[in-house]
Amino acid sequence: MTQPIIQPIIQIESVTKRFGPVLAVDDATLAILPGEFFALLGPSGCGKTTLLRMIAGFEAPTEGRILIDGQDMSRVPPNKRPINMVFQSYAVFPHMSVLDNVSYGLKMAGVAAAERRDRAERALEQVKLAGFGTRTPDQLSGGQRQRVALARALVNQPKVLLLDEPLSALDAKLREAMRFELAQLQDDVGITFVMVTHDQDEALAMACRAAVMNRGLLAQTGTPAELYEFPANRFVADFLGSVNLFEGRLAVDEPHRAVVESAQAGCPIYLDHGVTGATGATVWAAVRPEKIELHKRADERPPAIEDVPSGYNVARGTIRTVSYLGSESIYLVTLETGHEVRVTRPNLTRWDQEDFTWDEPVWLAWHHESVIVLQA
Amino acid sequence: MQDWRRNSGFFASLAVPPVAWLLLLFLVPLGGVWLLSFGQNTGLTEITVTGTLANYQRALEPLYLEIMLKSLWIAGATTMICLIAGFPVALAIVFAPPRAKTWLLLLVMLPFWTNLLIRTYALIAVLRTNGFLNAGLGWLWDGLSGLLALLGLGSLAPFQPLHLLYTDFAVVFGLVYVHLPFMVLPLYAALERIDRSLIEASLDLGAGHLRTLAYVVCPLALPGIISGVIVTMVPALGAYLAPDLLGGPSSQLIANVIERQFKRANDWPFGAALSFLLMYATFIALFVRAAVARSRGGGGAAL
Ligand SMILES: Nc1ncnc2c1ncn2[C@@H]1O[C@H](COP(=O)(O)OP(=O)(O)O)[C@@H](O)[C@H]1O
Ligand SMILES: [Mg+2]
Repeated sequence: MTQPIIQPIIQIESVTKRFGPVLAVDDATLAILPGEFFALLGPSGCGKTTLLRMIAGFEAPTEGRILIDGQDMSRVPPNKRPINMVFQSYAVFPHMSVLDNVSYGLKMAGVAAAERRDRAERALEQVKLAGFGTRTPDQLSGGQRQRVALARALVNQPKVLLLDEPLSALDAKLREAMRFELAQLQDDVGITFVMVTHDQDEALAMACRAAVMNRGLLAQTGTPAELYEFPANRFVADFLGSVNLFEGRLAVDEPHRAVVESAQAGCPIYLDHGVTGATGATVWAAVRPEKIELHKRADERPPAIEDVPSGYNVARGTIRTVSYLGSESIYLVTLETGHEVRVTRPNLTRWDQEDFTWDEPVWLAWHHESVIVLQA
Repeated sequence: MQDWRRNSGFFASLAVPPVAWLLLLFLVPLGGVWLLSFGQNTGLTEITVTGTLANYQRALEPLYLEIMLKSLWIAGATTMICLIAGFPVALAIVFAPPRAKTWLLLLVMLPFWTNLLIRTYALIAVLRTNGFLNAGLGWLWDGLSGLLALLGLGSLAPFQPLHLLYTDFAVVFGLVYVHLPFMVLPLYAALERIDRSLIEASLDLGAGHLRTLAYVVCPLALPGIISGVIVTMVPALGAYLAPDLLGGPSSQLIANVIERQFKRANDWPFGAALSFLLMYATFIALFVRAAVARSRGGGGAAL
């Protein structure tokens, strides 16, 4: 990974946060770049919100410090930070009209009434709420209230916009639409967005980069593709999408060749590059379900895989279940070793899914480039 | 498990005793007094309800009107002081750590565990000429005088104890002391209900704590403020012990006049009319409060 040359807009330096005995954030170090759409991704309770609230200034780090635009924020209260937040509950002021809500920050900044009105109306236009200014929040739907919260934050032209689970309270259809809209909005305004989410699809679809958190620890930071294709550990591999893990022993580790011997896979697993691990160490070979091929087992000859020595990366099994999902089918295959493997296949033709059926004996085969060796 | 809806008869029957109690021991006697307010004395113990409005007419004579205005002024001052003193207290309790909260609330309610009469008498010991308050002030005065002497700036005249007891001040002091919990509790309830993220949103948008208080907390606590004002003002308006024990001859309030009508003056119809004037005022206040609550979109009726 390359070191950023640009000055990060947010630097989180060895930040730890404890609530009494609870370790909410554990020694997090992170740099967020200007103009990025950054996602903090992790399961519920992993400390995402706590990290976001420390950036906003609502919680103080127990240890470490946070810099925004190069400035140490340790002694800067929330109302003096050049950032704004969209709260998970939206926190739209119920006793103010939409326009008063949106111009609140400008009023606090001492902007003259006429300009305030102008800018608030433009911000409402930006979130497609033009003409809603005189309504009160109880006359709005949940989605509209969220747009008010967005406009109320963006109108102040903050250096960073923080969003806590912005889509979690919306219904499925609206959520999908809002994904694109938020990404588009971020592109239009050019402000750095930092979004907290527990939804991996959301993070993959919207973010330029994401940090995956697990129990207070930053597990991995990278682009969605990096996180998906090159997970650093089993947690990340499993949290983003689904993955088949074969526990085994690193038998060979040379510059251009590595082999994992796995009792679970029932075949040696071959890679055409080294993994720089200690030979003999316990490792996990990870293969994504869509990167495994299914072959008929009419005769007992294993299928040949390009660039892979024969006998490697092929396993014998029987299809246990087929889930037809329209665009693709999911096959659960039990290997002869007893290990269960998940395979997905796109249904390229109308009759495709009839090729493989329940209780059918099959070969599983995968290319050496589809394998990731995880050491943790 | 049984559906509670099907057993609604059972639950309704639970409400019979309290409703009967309310009806028999509160509403019926109250109705009786209301009828009396339209009656006249026709003997030492006889009262005939004639439908006359003479009692109300008399109640609006300048003598009584003045006492009513004075009562209103004293109760109003009491309520204002309770509001100003109670708001920070309620705010402090809301933002106290969860475990301290229970204890602080208990502390607010602690005076209720002592009889009102005893509490009022205790205030006499505090306020009288050689009471605790004057003793404390005298001690401070002597200390200041000694300090000035030490600095070679001469000394102050000997401390003259303040005349505090049997004044309007003493009455307001006593009323504030007794009624403060009535103000703090509804304020606490209203402040506690405010979504914390609204306060955080205000801070996030650049408002400091004072402006957040002014633009977000106070408007959202308005139903609680109105409730607090009413539940403080109404009993303060009908307060009888504090003016009786702590007030001077000129700090007699409307409740003392009413008491005299029922006891020494033996003029129940007039006493009833005065009482019901207070009741009508209370009803109007409650009505205004409900109207305000409705105009705010039914937002959070406190108490
Ligand atoms: N104010 C608080 N007091 C005590 N514990 C807290 C507080 N806020 C969060 N926590 C704890 O910190 C951990 C992380 O919480 P949070 O950051 O809200 O997780 P997430 O947003 O990822 O679901 C949780 O175990 C939670 O119970
Ligand atoms: Mg959260």
